[in-house]
Amino acid sequence: MELKVDTPSFELRGVGQERAGRTVLQDVDATIPRHLITVLVGPSGGGKTSLLRLLNRLDDPVRGDILYDGRPIVDYAVTELRRRVALVFQTPVMFPGTVSDNLAVAAELAGLQEGQFDQLAGQVMLLAELDPTLLERPGDELSVGQKQRVNLARALMTSPEVLLLDEPTSALDPETSHALMKTIATLSEVRRLTIVVATHRVSEAGDYAHHALVLRDGRVVESGDSERVLSGLPNPDPSSP
Amino acid sequence: MQNLDILEQPLLDLTLIDLTVAVGLVLIAIGVSHWHRTGLARSFAVGALRTVLQLTIVGYLLVYIFAIDRWYLVVGALFLMLAIASKSAVDRQDSKPAGLFGITGAALLLGSGLTLIYVSVMVVHVDPWYNPRYLIPLFGMILGNGMNAAALAADRLAGEMETRSAEIEAYLALGASSVRAAREPVRLALRASMIPTVNSLMVVGIVSLPGMMTGQIIAGADPLIAIRYQIVVMFMLASAVALSAVVVVLGYRRTFFTAAEQLRPKDG
Repeated sequence: MELKVDTPSFELRGVGQERAGRTVLQDVDATIPRHLITVLVGPSGGGKTSLLRLLNRLDDPVRGDILYDGRPIVDYAVTELRRRVALVFQTPVMFPGTVSDNLAVAAELAGLQEGQFDQLAGQVMLLAELDPTLLERPGDELSVGQKQRVNLARALMTSPEVLLLDEPTSALDPETSHALMKTIATLSEVRRLTIVVATHRVSEAGDYAHHALVLRDGRVVESGDSERVLSGLPNPDPSSP
Repeated sequence: MQNLDILEQPLLDLTLIDLTVAVGLVLIAIGVSHWHRTGLARSFAVGALRTVLQLTIVGYLLVYIFAIDRWYLVVGALFLMLAIASKSAVDRQDSKPAGLFGITGAALLLGSGLTLIYVSVMVVHVDPWYNPRYLIPLFGMILGNGMNAAALAADRLAGEMETRSAEIEAYLALGASSVRAAREPVRLALRASMIPTVNSLMVVGIVSLPGMMTGQIIAGADPLIAIRYQIVVMFMLASAVALSAVVVVLGYRRTFFTAAEQLRPKDG
């Protein structure tokens, strides 16, 4: 199916989700525009992580439909979908071994030939603004910020079209947060990725986002141009009462 | 010659009085438990009573089965042993998802059943094929070790799947299949279940004489014949353990994931 230029990356229609018997998303209608940075803002427990997990199909909704590139998300083979829609978790997860071993796992899953690994590994390390000498460093010796960047680089090894980032800066100090978000903004331009960032730091979101969705108690209460949406918020940070 | 006289002595019978005297050994265990308040004194007492009761019942059953000499009674007894072993292995798990009894039963049937067939047909050449004097004791040994291995493997897999859930989801999120994502928990579960058997193979005959060999020697068998049986038994147990563990782990692993390669939440 040929995609129209304005086909959103994702479309959510009447999506509902439950977790441990609790409703975490209800009646979510939203679009995620292609090649832009969309920020999901809202307080903790508002449904941001739950929504991201649906886009990567780590979970399926209990109600509603999700379209990816105009087709029902369930029509895609799930492993293939996850290589195209990469998710980076809030708490970085390192696989056993070195940074190179971590990237190799992603390379193996992406079906890369042996000769392609070195070049692509070098590229993603550059994109994630990681020192190439870190490749042979054991993953558990890295700082949290470095681990987060390695998780980002690892996700990029599958050459995804979409990058989902769950609170990427929550464990970082302001300076490191800013640096990471600058990297992500650059990625969006350089790779023309569709990026979705979940964050409760509204003040940070405005610097780089094009589109915004505000989630509160599992509902989308506002969506649209990020400048308009975020400036219209009654409180700079919806996570505070 | 002295050693030939020893080999030709008949098996010493144990009377009820002898058994009663043996109770003193359990009383020692009960005494130690009571002395240090381990909370096991009652369990030892109950366990000892159950030992007497269960083995007495088994003894009379075996006398009956041996006397009747019908293949279906022997096969029925083997399946009963299998069912009890499966339930026992499942009861030892903290979490018992639906289907675990079936998975464990299948693992023990395959692991222990195939091993028994191999040993009885290809090694010992049991005749007739259902001879209970060989099948029941052999299966009992195979099943006991297979059951322990299955329980260990399932328990370790469940533990690893829980502690590594973030890592597993990170693999899934990159596009890994559930099989790939659970590779490390599976490996660790299999290792945990097989290490005791490896250790036994390493130390058998050095640290202790195993039960099968001991029983045969006491019954008057030539030690050089007894060791052959013991070697067969050790190899047989290695096979039963490996097969039972791998089938239970691969079957149990599937229950942790949905058909859409998603890790099931712990509460569902």
